[in-house]
Amino acid sequence: MIDVRDVTLRLGGKALLEDVSLACAAGSLTVLVGPNGAGKSTLLSVIAGDMAPDTGAVALAGRPLGQTRVRDLAQVRSVFPQGSEIRFGYPVEEVVAMGRAFRDLPPHADRAAIDTAMARSEIAHMAYRNAQTLSGGEQARTTFARVVVQETEVVLLDEPTAALDLRHQERVLASASEMARAGATVLAVLHDLNLASAYADRIVLMSGGRIVGEGAPWDVLTAERISTVYRQPVCVIRHPERGCPVVLTTSKEDACV
Amino acid sequence: MTAVPDSTQRRGRPVDRTPILGAALGTLFVATLVASVAVGAVSLSLPDLWSALWSRVGNAALSPDETLNAAVVWDLRLARSITAIIVGASLATCGAAMQGLFGNPLADPGIVGVSSGASLGAIAVVVLQISTFGIWTLPVGAFIAGTGTTFVIYALARPGREGTDSARLLLVGIAVNAIGGSVAGYLTYLATADQLQSLAFWSMGSLSSARWLTVGITIVPAVVGIALLVVWSRPLDLLALGERQARHLGVDVRVLRRKLIFVTALLVAAAVSFNGTIGFVGLVVPHLFRLMIGPGHRRLIPFSALGGGLLVMLADMAARTLDPPNEIPIGVIMGSLGGPFFLWMIWRGAGQGRAA
Repeated sequence: MIDVRDVTLRLGGKALLEDVSLACAAGSLTVLVGPNGAGKSTLLSVIAGDMAPDTGAVALAGRPLGQTRVRDLAQVRSVFPQGSEIRFGYPVEEVVAMGRAFRDLPPHADRAAIDTAMARSEIAHMAYRNAQTLSGGEQARTTFARVVVQETEVVLLDEPTAALDLRHQERVLASASEMARAGATVLAVLHDLNLASAYADRIVLMSGGRIVGEGAPWDVLTAERISTVYRQPVCVIRHPERGCPVVLTTSKEDACV
Repeated sequence: MTAVPDSTQRRGRPVDRTPILGAALGTLFVATLVASVAVGAVSLSLPDLWSALWSRVGNAALSPDETLNAAVVWDLRLARSITAIIVGASLATCGAAMQGLFGNPLADPGIVGVSSGASLGAIAVVVLQISTFGIWTLPVGAFIAGTGTTFVIYALARPGREGTDSARLLLVGIAVNAIGGSVAGYLTYLATADQLQSLAFWSMGSLSSARWLTVGITIVPAVVGIALLVVWSRPLDLLALGERQARHLGVDVRVLRRKLIFVTALLVAAAVSFNGTIGFVGLVVPHLFRLMIGPGHRRLIPFSALGGGLLVMLADMAARTLDPPNEIPIGVIMGSLGGPFFLWMIWRGAGQGRAA
């Protein structure tokens, strides 16, 4: 589980996060949404242990962040970062296997875990391809498979679907949701409110470095709140099949009222 | 409608050429070692070489010819060939490590200031006529200045703070190298004609000072250092994902960076102090093997060690034999043979649609 308490982070006089508290329970998928510069990725970085907050504290699965060694932290949480890169021409399979390199799991299970994750991400057919020659979407799928094989209690995803086509957006979110069902604590930053709405157990809406709303999709994704926070008129309808809210942008204010 | 490939099945497992390449490289290495001991001002046939090698092991009475051969083989050439192996292996493996650390195939072992610092030390020793340690003053001075420069760069860059990456080390390194370079330039300007000649000799490299004593001093750190780099090959692989992601996967990048730079400074300073600056090996050898066997460091580092040793042995053999009885500086050989070869590699790589 993730426990964020009163976290404030300033950089160059600007408060990126102000007094943020967040608790995510094991077995849940929480999605962070909000406009550009709201502090979503910053919050995720703080939770990942990349940045130390000025005040406040973060604990992952009961371990306080500041006092946990890098290697121990890798046993507890995996991170899908924004903007993956690979500097040398490793084969795709090798890149996925890196997820387990320093994981204290029985090595004999590596093979099966890697094969399963690659099949789920639909990258098995490019297992031996040079990872530097992949398209952005293929790279993202490789990174996601790498996150999956790390098999951690806490899974942090920063815009995992940004480069993906429709099919793979759905597949990644379905996998994330599956990991949550299996007991993991999954926290994802998403820009697509409709993906968030379809898969999230809980949506956390951020704006200006603060959390301005959290709850089930129907509670958070209201036309008034989204229009205000995003400064963009929207209307919210019901998904014909899934029954979750669907957010549509509109050109005029009050188009759906 | 286009056919959708079955994306759940692996396809096209490439043939692993590593064992064949390893065997070929090993054979070439041994052949070159034998040749480098046999060839020179006095060239020996294989039987002569064999008896010369064994003469120091047994205690049979030797003819004057045999005594001379034994002295040439044991005291001059073998020590020199082993020095070539130590120097080449050190430079090439450290090059591989620095390329991995900085995520840049153009990094070379001098990137953290060791070589330029050692040059400055050597120039200072020669021009200021320092002789604190007798004949050892030059290598000692070069070693201290080389490792010291790396330490200064590391301390100024302080890459330990979370969030600061290796890029800062590069920038500080450029600045410190510029300062060191101008001091070296000023000292060179003050130098006499005699001093200039010995500086030129040092700056272009030569293995002529190789003796069993220098082998004894450098072999243990070289073997230990290279073994450590092999041990650290997995975390080095993960650095290819970038420092942040390597940390996510459990690599303590700060500690790894400190260890890599420490070993590199030590090995390169040891190689350079006795033999002068020998460029090119550290840059090209890892690059070459990355094209042939892939970027995984568990294989790349041992291959680089063998390949680096092989290349420096070959270059030294050329340096000794092309213009007898004079010696051509090994740096000149390395550049004139290695440069075109490197160009060919780049051209060939581009033809196959791969680069760095």
